[in-house]
Amino acid sequence: MSETTPAMPVTATAAVGSPPPPLAPETKPGYVEKPASLWSDAWYDLRRRPLFIMSSILIAVLVVMALFPSLFTSINPMDATTCQLSTARQPPSAAHWFGKDNLGCDVYARTIYGARISIIVGITTTIVTAMVGGLLGLIAGFAGGATDSVMSRVTEIFFAIPSILGALLILAVFRTGNVWTVMLALAVLAWPMTFRIMRAAVITAKSQDYVVAARALGAGSGRLMFRHILPNAVTPVIVVATINLGMFISAEAALSFLGVGIQSPDISWGVMISDARPRFLEAAGPLLFPAAFLSVTVLAFIMLGDAVRDALDPKLR
Amino acid sequence: MAATSEPILEVRDLVKHFALTQGILVRRQIGAIKAVDGVSFDLRPGETLGIVGESGCGKSTLAKLLMALERPTSGSVKINGRDMAKARGRELKSMRRNVQMVMQDPYTSLNPRMTVGDIIGEPYEIHPEVAPKGMRRRKVQDLLELVGLNPDHINRYPHQFSGGQRQRIGIARGLALQPQIIICDEPVSALDVSIQAQVINLLERLQNELNLAYIFIAHDLSVVRHISDRVAVMYLGKLVELGGDVEIYDRPSHPYTQALLSAVPVPNPDGRERRERIILQGDPPSPANPPTGCRFRTRCWKAQDICAEQEPPLEVRPATDHRVACHFAEVHDVVQAH
Repeated sequence: MSETTPAMPVTATAAVGSPPPPLAPETKPGYVEKPASLWSDAWYDLRRRPLFIMSSILIAVLVVMALFPSLFTSINPMDATTCQLSTARQPPSAAHWFGKDNLGCDVYARTIYGARISIIVGITTTIVTAMVGGLLGLIAGFAGGATDSVMSRVTEIFFAIPSILGALLILAVFRTGNVWTVMLALAVLAWPMTFRIMRAAVITAKSQDYVVAARALGAGSGRLMFRHILPNAVTPVIVVATINLGMFISAEAALSFLGVGIQSPDISWGVMISDARPRFLEAAGPLLFPAAFLSVTVLAFIMLGDAVRDALDPKLR
Repeated sequence: MAATSEPILEVRDLVKHFALTQGILVRRQIGAIKAVDGVSFDLRPGETLGIVGESGCGKSTLAKLLMALERPTSGSVKINGRDMAKARGRELKSMRRNVQMVMQDPYTSLNPRMTVGDIIGEPYEIHPEVAPKGMRRRKVQDLLELVGLNPDHINRYPHQFSGGQRQRIGIARGLALQPQIIICDEPVSALDVSIQAQVINLLERLQNELNLAYIFIAHDLSVVRHISDRVAVMYLGKLVELGGDVEIYDRPSHPYTQALLSAVPVPNPDGRERRERIILQGDPPSPANPPTGCRFRTRCWKAQDICAEQEPPLEVRPATDHRVACHFAEVHDVVQAH
């Protein structure tokens, strides 16, 4: 009876040679069996990781900052009257923690208000690429054959475009850089990565025995794809998505810095870095503070991605 | 147990060739792996047919063909007179209710993201006509009890069970649609020996209670003997010998069967002394390029010229009482330890 595990004393030892043994299910009144899925195991594991705790606290603060910037500063930098040209490039002081920029605006308030666009661009682009790339990858991996070949070749065309160059091109077509066009440009160039990861994961999951068993039961393509294959193939996509989120935020900053992304008077960290660049040697603060926020945000999302990957991979647990 | 009623499963000249292709742009066929090459047999209600053979002889391909998971190159698989190999769509789906399978590896055959209740209840979702929605949970719990598991464990996940318990879950899933035929593809080879016996006994008990017919594929000859009414021996895509379990095990007539049986470990030291060991030379030939005539002739000590020229059909021979595909078939009890 080597099957017996401490958790289940009753079932394992059932002797099945002769007529069915009367099974007395172990029912303690009020005892409710708790389902433990891989997800709840992963959650249990995550809560104990310092990496996860640190990155989630950082991300929570950043999200609150993006939603309610007025909680962090009383100055509204969108209001031009708060800027005084005469105080341009003032060093940090008690009233203006991060000092003032080239136009005499408060750098701290602008950095806080800049979080919104960075976070919106990061999260929206991540969701769109994960959905589009994930769905197409699921279809290509499941269908295989000619469908897969055609879809994969089309994806490779997108892969061939250098990403910053491609984004410059797309934004040049639109002529105006705003949140929407930046997100579109990033999403168009980023979905092929998700597609490839999803396709590979689906091809692995497709040949698993439990998928064969479901086919033997007569399950249709929809059930096989969404009930059996997708839940078992989605993990790498989630992990890559969290890592990509940080990359999108820095890509938005890069595009804004190059002058094709978000345009003043909209505030994003990229715009601030770009604006501060010409006078960097005279006043480093207006460039360094938003750059530090940018780095910490990207780092927080990448750390979160790392923690999620480790928690979802039972072999690393 | 072997009933004399009408067969529920009739397999005739079943052939499955996997094309070997070459070329990147223009694919052309350069040959074929003859995984299953002309297999015929019947299965009656409540009967167990064991299929044995070494690795790569086509046992698992045969199981996939019987489950309509692969389409045969030619031949027919008739279930209650209807050809499953040609059925499509709705008709095929309804025929699947009659044939289910128990898979080899209990660690990969259950979806790790579904609860046991969802896994065993899925057949009812796919075939909603079998059980009305309100009764499904009850039915799943009945099935868990039937295979000797605690019905209260319906919300657990597969990784919370041991290998033997997982295999029981797989069996319960196979039973959900009340099929007449269960195809067991090496159902115990991934389990510990002590658990193997439990699962085999469970399968036997279920057969008696539910009048199931089994196709039992294995390479463990003693397990097959224990459970089977009839045994088929497969070599390189063909059946070489087919008969009752006593006929095959006590009066093996094909040289290959004799060689297989001589390799079975004998626990009794007395028998071990007296028994004969037949050591086959070489490896089985490639199924892409099988020998002419008799496929076993390249490793057979009885081979003559006729073996290369004529393929021996599977039939009852003068020197035997059951069907053998050998020109020189004769009874030769290899294991005399009784």
